[in-house]
Amino acid sequence: MFAYIVRRLALMLVTLVGISIIIFVLLRVVPGNIVDILFDAAGFVDPTDKANLEKELGLDLPIYQQYLNWIGGLLHGDLGYSYVSEKPALQEILPRIPITARLAALALLFSASIGIPLGVLSAVHQGSRLDYTLRVVSLSGLSLPSFWLGLLILMASVSLFGHMPIYNPNPATWTEAFAIYAVPAMAVGFRSAALTMRITRSSMLEILRQDYIRTARAKGASEASVNYRHALKNAILPVITVIGIEAAFLIGGLIVTETVFNIPGVARFLVEALRWRDYPIVQNLVMLIAVVVVVANFTVDMLYAAIDPRIRYGD
Amino acid sequence: MRSVHALAAAALLLLPAHDVASAGEPKQGGILRVYHRDSPGSASIHEGATFSINIPFMSVFNNLVVFKQDVAQNSADSIVPDLAESWAWSNDGKKLTFKLKQGVKWHDGKPFTAADVKCTFDMLMGKSQQKFRQNPRKSWYNQVEDVTTNGDFEASFSLKRPQPALLSLLASGYTPVYPCHVSPADMRTKPVGTGPFKFVEFKANESIKLTKNHDYFKKGLPHLDGIEFTIIPNRSTAILGFVSGKFDMTFPTEVSIPLLKEVKSQAPNAACVVEPVNVSTNIIINSSAPPFDNLDIRRALALALDRKAFVSILFEGQADIGGVMLPAPGGLWAMPKEMLESIPGYGPDVNANREEARKLMQKAGYGPDKRLAVKIATRNIPIYRDPAVILIDQIKNIYIDGELDVVDTAQWFPKVARKDYSLGLNLTGNAVDDPDQSFYENYSCGSERNYTNYCNREIEKLFDQQSMEKDVAKRKKLVWEIDKKLQEDVARPTILHSRAGSCWHPYVKGITIMVNSSYNGYRYEDVWMDK
Repeated sequence: MFAYIVRRLALMLVTLVGISIIIFVLLRVVPGNIVDILFDAAGFVDPTDKANLEKELGLDLPIYQQYLNWIGGLLHGDLGYSYVSEKPALQEILPRIPITARLAALALLFSASIGIPLGVLSAVHQGSRLDYTLRVVSLSGLSLPSFWLGLLILMASVSLFGHMPIYNPNPATWTEAFAIYAVPAMAVGFRSAALTMRITRSSMLEILRQDYIRTARAKGASEASVNYRHALKNAILPVITVIGIEAAFLIGGLIVTETVFNIPGVARFLVEALRWRDYPIVQNLVMLIAVVVVVANFTVDMLYAAIDPRIRYGD
Repeated sequence: MRSVHALAAAALLLLPAHDVASAGEPKQGGILRVYHRDSPGSASIHEGATFSINIPFMSVFNNLVVFKQDVAQNSADSIVPDLAESWAWSNDGKKLTFKLKQGVKWHDGKPFTAADVKCTFDMLMGKSQQKFRQNPRKSWYNQVEDVTTNGDFEASFSLKRPQPALLSLLASGYTPVYPCHVSPADMRTKPVGTGPFKFVEFKANESIKLTKNHDYFKKGLPHLDGIEFTIIPNRSTAILGFVSGKFDMTFPTEVSIPLLKEVKSQAPNAACVVEPVNVSTNIIINSSAPPFDNLDIRRALALALDRKAFVSILFEGQADIGGVMLPAPGGLWAMPKEMLESIPGYGPDVNANREEARKLMQKAGYGPDKRLAVKIATRNIPIYRDPAVILIDQIKNIYIDGELDVVDTAQWFPKVARKDYSLGLNLTGNAVDDPDQSFYENYSCGSERNYTNYCNREIEKLFDQQSMEKDVAKRKKLVWEIDKKLQEDVARPTILHSRAGSCWHPYVKGITIMVNSSYNGYRYEDVWMDK
């Protein structure tokens, strides 16, 4: 197990180095840089002024030099300066992380707490009206784009309650604070919940047909015990995998949700930074997201072993 | 039904541009909450070329002179002293001297003096050690030879030749006075001004906060305790925020005509106005390469335009047709209607114009069997893309098959500067409704913003002639002549001048939306809230 963990950690490091190179090169392959955009906004192109600004920002250096400067800084905890705000990148990124983390955690919680029980219910009552209804709901969850759902929620809030749950850094009441995060989390987590439900359902159906389930029933175990103690425990592995993958995919959904609900998190910030070709922000944010994804995958793999005693990596 | 819509639109237009119910004694206090359409690149007005910077930051500063904030039409007559106490022209019209107000303090407590005026304009003219990262309006001061001071409270602009319009340029929201003791870099992130509101914070993509300047030199002003701009790039969310009462005001001149209907239906008490923004939609033509080096093809193109169709499709009839200068009644310098309609392509009979265009195309060797294929380059933004699509449809009638070539914003101006296009669909904003700004910036030989490199020495002489003319009536006639000639030369055919809406809740008082510029009316010192 120890050797496996060391191998995985080494692989994580190689993956992160690979990602750093890819994102660095890709950003510079995309046409235009911050200088182009600044001068575009001003509506004119003065070659001398442009060259001066490129020099000031270090964009005139060879690409490998720029990469080494970035990685060198990163290893020393220096993330560089945002080209746009001219503030340290760390100062720009750090306050946004808890906002997105809260939103992502709530969305995942919503997804798991709704998706898993409904998936079990649907499987246990296979072919019933309840099963069909839940399957239709889950299909709609997979089909509705989160930006559209978010807008619908906002419009409904305004027309029904005359209030709009968009971000406020200083909420007056706890209900407002809850709404600020819970409503967008539901909007973005709805798709995840639907997927979790479907995976739980199919996994449960497969397990419920196993011999040992019949044996459990024959031994006189209650339906609840059969469904939750024997079946769900074994059906949960693929669900955890999906939740792990969803955690990584969530960032995509959050970009849209943060935009619609005007939440100043890292996902929306990343898009804005990309629009401005604010390299220090984009590079560091993508690295941060890569670290989160890689660590989430690693955690899921470790969870396998903890949940299923049959899995012993590297033995 | 159509007449009902027209009536509703007319009723909307009849609303005065200034606050519809501003009567009563102003109340003190309150934070004005406005949403902002995007995150401005910096807080430095001098380094920007978008009203996304002016709107939140104009109230941090003062100019030497300013367009009176409660008069909707900017003109020489509406210019009032700001940091200047008075001004005087020399007899030869080549020296403009300002007496400055005394006792004015920067927000950091340091005194404002004439040295700050000199610093600001030396930087704008590229004469000082400190440099702006970008200086988009350097050309405004081409005729200024030097700025000198006489003691702490007098500053003079010496000109190479008379330029009466300089005063209008100085009155724009784009011309605040900066402090000498704050670097351009700091002005981009933590601006220090003398204005009615002090800068508190600017969180990119989040918010901009300003607070009342209790030491403001205009006693009793401002009325508000502060202004908060929440940055909401998503238009639907922003409008819903306004409707639900989260915001007191929309981002000025940013509500499109279709959206305005939504706002009025969901917030029927909101005060809304639709005003010209002095932004023209026009065609840029690369006349230095085939096929548009042929004047006949350029003329055919101008003749093919059905401007009314653009106006009705894109603006539901609420936009204006004109030449380079903003049409009346908002604009001060527009050609009379008869003169405009005498220009080829502006006449009311579109079919006759297109028949003439087809003849010109046939003369150039094109016809139904030999159609001209061109790419129409434009920025990948709806306000650019949509008219480009209509243009493609219209020029089909004169044997031109256009293909849309959408260009990423970052690549648009480099592409245009490289002349890597045949035809382009462009938008041109004018901060000041004055021919000096428009003509020199967009049509003068060698100007950086003259994207088509149109250069006509004869017209250039007329530019200077009108610029030096003190008599407004005479100047107007010269301007009309130039404008007509520019359209006839197909220098950059103007399609339309757009309008946009602004809304605020009825308790917000003292708002004036300018009718001939969307860059100059955001001092907000007179704004107050009746609640």
